[in-house]
Amino acid sequence: MYHLLKKIAASGIKSEPPPIADESLRATSTRLEAAVLQRFGRSLAIRQVDAGSCNGCELEIHATTNPYYNLEGLGIHFVASPRHADMLLVTGPVSRHMKVALERTYEATPDPKLVVAIGDCGCTGGIFGESYASCGQVSNVIPVDVVVPGCPPTPLQIMQGILTAVALPK
Amino acid sequence: MSFFTDLDIKTQQLLAQPPILQATVNPQQYRAVAERVQQNGGRLVALWGSDDREREMNMAVHAALAFQEGLLWLRLPVGEGRPVFPDLADIFPVANRMQRAIYDLLGLRADKAVDERPWLRHTAWPADSFPLRRDFELEQDFAGGFDDYPFVKVEGEGVHEIPVGPVHAGIIEPGHFRFSIVGERVLRLEERLGYVHKGIEKRFEGMTLEEGVRLAGRVSGDSTVAYAWAYCMAAEMATATMPPSRAEWLRALLLERERIANHLGDLGYLGNDAAFAFGLAQFSRLKEDMLRLNHTHFGHRYLMDYIIPGGVVRNISAEGIAAIRQEIEVLQRELPTLKIIYDEHAGLQDRFLTTGQVTPQLAAKLGLTGLTGRASGQAVDLRVQFPGVPYDRLDVHMATHSNGDVAARVSVRFDEIVESLRLIEHIIEHMPEGEVHVPVNCVTDGKCGVGWVEGWRGEILVALETTQDNKIYRCHPHDPSWQNWPLLEYAVIGNIVPDFPLINKSFNLSYSGQDL
Repeated sequence: MYHLLKKIAASGIKSEPPPIADESLRATSTRLEAAVLQRFGRSLAIRQVDAGSCNGCELEIHATTNPYYNLEGLGIHFVASPRHADMLLVTGPVSRHMKVALERTYEATPDPKLVVAIGDCGCTGGIFGESYASCGQVSNVIPVDVVVPGCPPTPLQIMQGILTAVALPK
Repeated sequence: MSFFTDLDIKTQQLLAQPPILQATVNPQQYRAVAERVQQNGGRLVALWGSDDREREMNMAVHAALAFQEGLLWLRLPVGEGRPVFPDLADIFPVANRMQRAIYDLLGLRADKAVDERPWLRHTAWPADSFPLRRDFELEQDFAGGFDDYPFVKVEGEGVHEIPVGPVHAGIIEPGHFRFSIVGERVLRLEERLGYVHKGIEKRFEGMTLEEGVRLAGRVSGDSTVAYAWAYCMAAEMATATMPPSRAEWLRALLLERERIANHLGDLGYLGNDAAFAFGLAQFSRLKEDMLRLNHTHFGHRYLMDYIIPGGVVRNISAEGIAAIRQEIEVLQRELPTLKIIYDEHAGLQDRFLTTGQVTPQLAAKLGLTGLTGRASGQAVDLRVQFPGVPYDRLDVHMATHSNGDVAARVSVRFDEIVESLRLIEHIIEHMPEGEVHVPVNCVTDGKCGVGWVEGWRGEILVALETTQDNKIYRCHPHDPSWQNWPLLEYAVIGNIVPDFPLINKSFNLSYSGQDL
């Protein structure tokens, strides 16, 4: 216990300031009502769906919760079920074998809901593209509000995408 | 290689040291060689197929077998008229799923195999179409049918099923797990994968050797260095290109960095899965420090696209070396403390010890490999057995354990980080000076190459065949997860359901790498 407490004290607080929203990442002109976004902005529940990624994007989504980025410190947390979620964070390309699962996850998420597509593959299909095995970009399967390109996008870029989706209109 | 000389097989040498041999065999020889390899303590590394009807009027099944001295690549021609090949699952149980994948992709059936269910194919393409046949177009859209996979039913009083996935509760890749349980105890787990099949092998066809490395680096993102290196090794072998020695040392530097980063992440999550959030905070902090150094000095947090055919994209700066030196110091100071905290934490050890056990006997029988294999007494590490440049100069110390439980897999990870730090220290001190890239030679039709790399998860193999204009004819990337997924089904038997995430994490297998 001595080692543990000493380590906690020595490590200190690592959290860095979060990024600010970037409207250029918005994929649609529609957005949720300001009143709803104000609620989301204070406590956002995210369900992450890997719809066919190479797992690179998952590594960076994991990293958003490390002590440096501390996503949970902003009131944003990952939940175990779409039933509990306000937002789906989807990595792609959407493989044809994941299409039905993604559609059902989307349907299971209560309205109002947001979708953020993560990574080059989620945004455009990326290197895997569209084929007999891949539906390509996430918006080919479910509506997408915000896209975050990158291979994989950095934790800050992912957080920026999430924050953009819940940003209030100026 | 004396153990199969009497079988009258003509081998062709692809590489002298370690010997990588290629041979075309008939069905009898195919099975006989596999049996000999198994009897001599060798293993089946990979199994795949190809459609060579345009070239050689037939299709083929390929097996990569590791034996004491090196690697043997068998090619078994299979006629279109009778598209069957001998089943190897009785010799190497790991062959089962790979053979089913060969059927799904090429329509070649393992003769009288016990399990003939589809593996990679769900509904994306019809049962009578085979994506890796040459006349199959990459870009098409079949309307998906009804997915009805015949899981094995466990019956009896009080038995019920828990279906999990493909969308999981955490931030992990998709796959389906079917638990049959009584009370809290797992009677049986059946996995079903293939959800992230995205046509990687088909996509490789027709790419240039230069283009292919980017795709190879995205077969499984967490092993991008290992895949890119294995791919380049294969491309360089096929084109008889000699990468500069400094580039090889830099590749090894990257491979060890990838190993450490992944092990750090896993150690954190293993703590977290046993409700020890402190571990996750500490290890993810150390991992993030590494990723940031990667970004600053190698241009990418996960080191993607740094290794290319002919070498690496650029040299490392003096500041980069200095930063790595400092990083090693920090890790060497912090790790022992964290290890003490893990070892002395009674609650954590209670969850780790005897959980998800795979005995060395079972591991040997079913072919457990890589890190997980070493934690179950399987002393196999390519960096030790078949060291190429620069591992032949590094004298790698292999980490093993005989308990085969979660605790053993944690212990091996700690030991491997310590060893990788030592290797990195040695690499940055003794790396030869010089160029880091040479142009790749032009290649003619039908040249073969093999890449074989000990990634952090286990041995990764890339088998490559070229066509004219430096293009890829066939490229098969093999992930060690193929070997280890079936063992996870055994590891959870008799454990309680809540321990599954912990056991699964301690294996940490790739879905994307095996679904392709």
